[in-house]
Amino acid sequence: MLDDFFIRALIAGIGVAIVTGPLGCFVVWRRLSYFGDTLAHSALLGVTLAYSMEFNIAFSVFIISSLIALTLIQLQKKTNLPGDALLGLLAHSSLAIGLVVIGFLSFIRFDIMGLLFGDILAVTVDDLLIIWIGGALILLILRLIWKPLFASTVNYELAEAEGLNPDRAKAIFTILMAAIIAISIKMVGLLLITGMLIIPAAMARNISSSPQKMVMYSIIGGLLSVILGLFSSLEFNTASGPSIIAASLFLFILSLLNIKQSIKLKN
Amino acid sequence: MSSNQNILVKLNEAGFSLNNKWLVKGVSLQVEKGKIVTLIGPNGSGKSTTAKIALGIYKNIDGSVEKYTNKVGYVPQKISIDWTLPLRVNDFMVLTESINNDLIDEALSLTGVTHLKDKNLGDLSGGEFQRVLLARAISKKPELLVLDEPVQGVDFTGEIALYELIKKISDELNCGILLISHDLHTVMSATDHVVCLNGHVCCSGSPMDVAKNNEYKALFGEQASQILSRYEHRHDHIHTSEGEIKKN
Repeated sequence: MLDDFFIRALIAGIGVAIVTGPLGCFVVWRRLSYFGDTLAHSALLGVTLAYSMEFNIAFSVFIISSLIALTLIQLQKKTNLPGDALLGLLAHSSLAIGLVVIGFLSFIRFDIMGLLFGDILAVTVDDLLIIWIGGALILLILRLIWKPLFASTVNYELAEAEGLNPDRAKAIFTILMAAIIAISIKMVGLLLITGMLIIPAAMARNISSSPQKMVMYSIIGGLLSVILGLFSSLEFNTASGPSIIAASLFLFILSLLNIKQSIKLKN
Repeated sequence: MSSNQNILVKLNEAGFSLNNKWLVKGVSLQVEKGKIVTLIGPNGSGKSTTAKIALGIYKNIDGSVEKYTNKVGYVPQKISIDWTLPLRVNDFMVLTESINNDLIDEALSLTGVTHLKDKNLGDLSGGEFQRVLLARAISKKPELLVLDEPVQGVDFTGEIALYELIKKISDELNCGILLISHDLHTVMSATDHVVCLNGHVCCSGSPMDVAKNNEYKALFGEQASQILSRYEHRHDHIHTSEGEIKKN
């Protein structure tokens, strides 16, 4: 069964969607979508380094993205530049360095489009293991830091005052972000990973009344997007990443109809 | 102030500066089990800063703070909640500690907001939200309560009831309370120890001692002392006048 590339892609996509659901909610709640973009851009550097040293792509991306995240935290402490300027600086400089490195690696054949937008043909059995084991670890750790992370997302001072150690939770969450980008890059592509994180969560926000429900709907939305997107990718021969994101946009638009109805009810 | 096992939090010459400006400096105080310590002082005198030092929110402080409990309930003066979060009162109640439903209901009914349990936090009025904040802080039966103007925006009768509730909690749970209040009536009637701040500790002691202090009079005006003496002689009328003192 795993011989069929489409089945492999489907299993990979389902694994990715289950993890991006809850993480995406935190990205929306904590306003981290540009942070996600920055990590994703830096992933290109990780991929090129993986190719040049014949190293596993997911591990390489994870390490580079984590380094970029830690650099960002240091820069925030040491400079007076606003956060978005620092994010732009890191995103584009790491993207540029990644592209320069590609230029030096002319002896390797690069599928740039696959890298940027995802390629379902490229998902191997090893990738499935990385996605499902890595994903399970991410969810387990997120479960462990849920309380301090969520409390500090609502209000930092309450969490700190009542002894929850929000700084540690934030640092761990940053590493989890790097990890999800690393495991989902082959499926969605580095330009569209942030979309996979925020669009299902944004859709879920429109139809949920509690944080738990939002996480649940976000996972369901991600799963539907992956299944719809992959089937249409197969049907119309389009890249997997854009197809998945387009499907999630479709679900988001449906969720807007729900909002309009509830506003009407209120009036 | 003798040192004993009842101390919950103790500040020794504590101070905090931001951008080379002292917000508050040289504050020594301690909160003990079952006691209410109140911080008073004009706007910008460092009351909230002192509370945050006591809570450990500010890290790079001058002096030292010793905290002997981790069971803390906090009602901040200002709280901004991001409405990208779908958060009901019920979710907010278990924000920092998972407590069972009975405790949630009990706390909500004590502050008179049981009917709001399933409402979205964003839909509450200022006074309702303040009651929920207080309910959340007391629901987990803390050893130390830090209340930064806990009844702001609450209606007049509610205000009296909530201050009575605070006093009751301090007695029943035997918890220590660090209270910040502008209502001098309450301060003088329910408090064990008053610390008068103005960037530093102006004076401190029992409510009666503080009221007689000249620095206190200079800070709040003669009228403030009169309020106190009025209170002292007419216990049955403490809430009838509009007690807010205008401060510069």
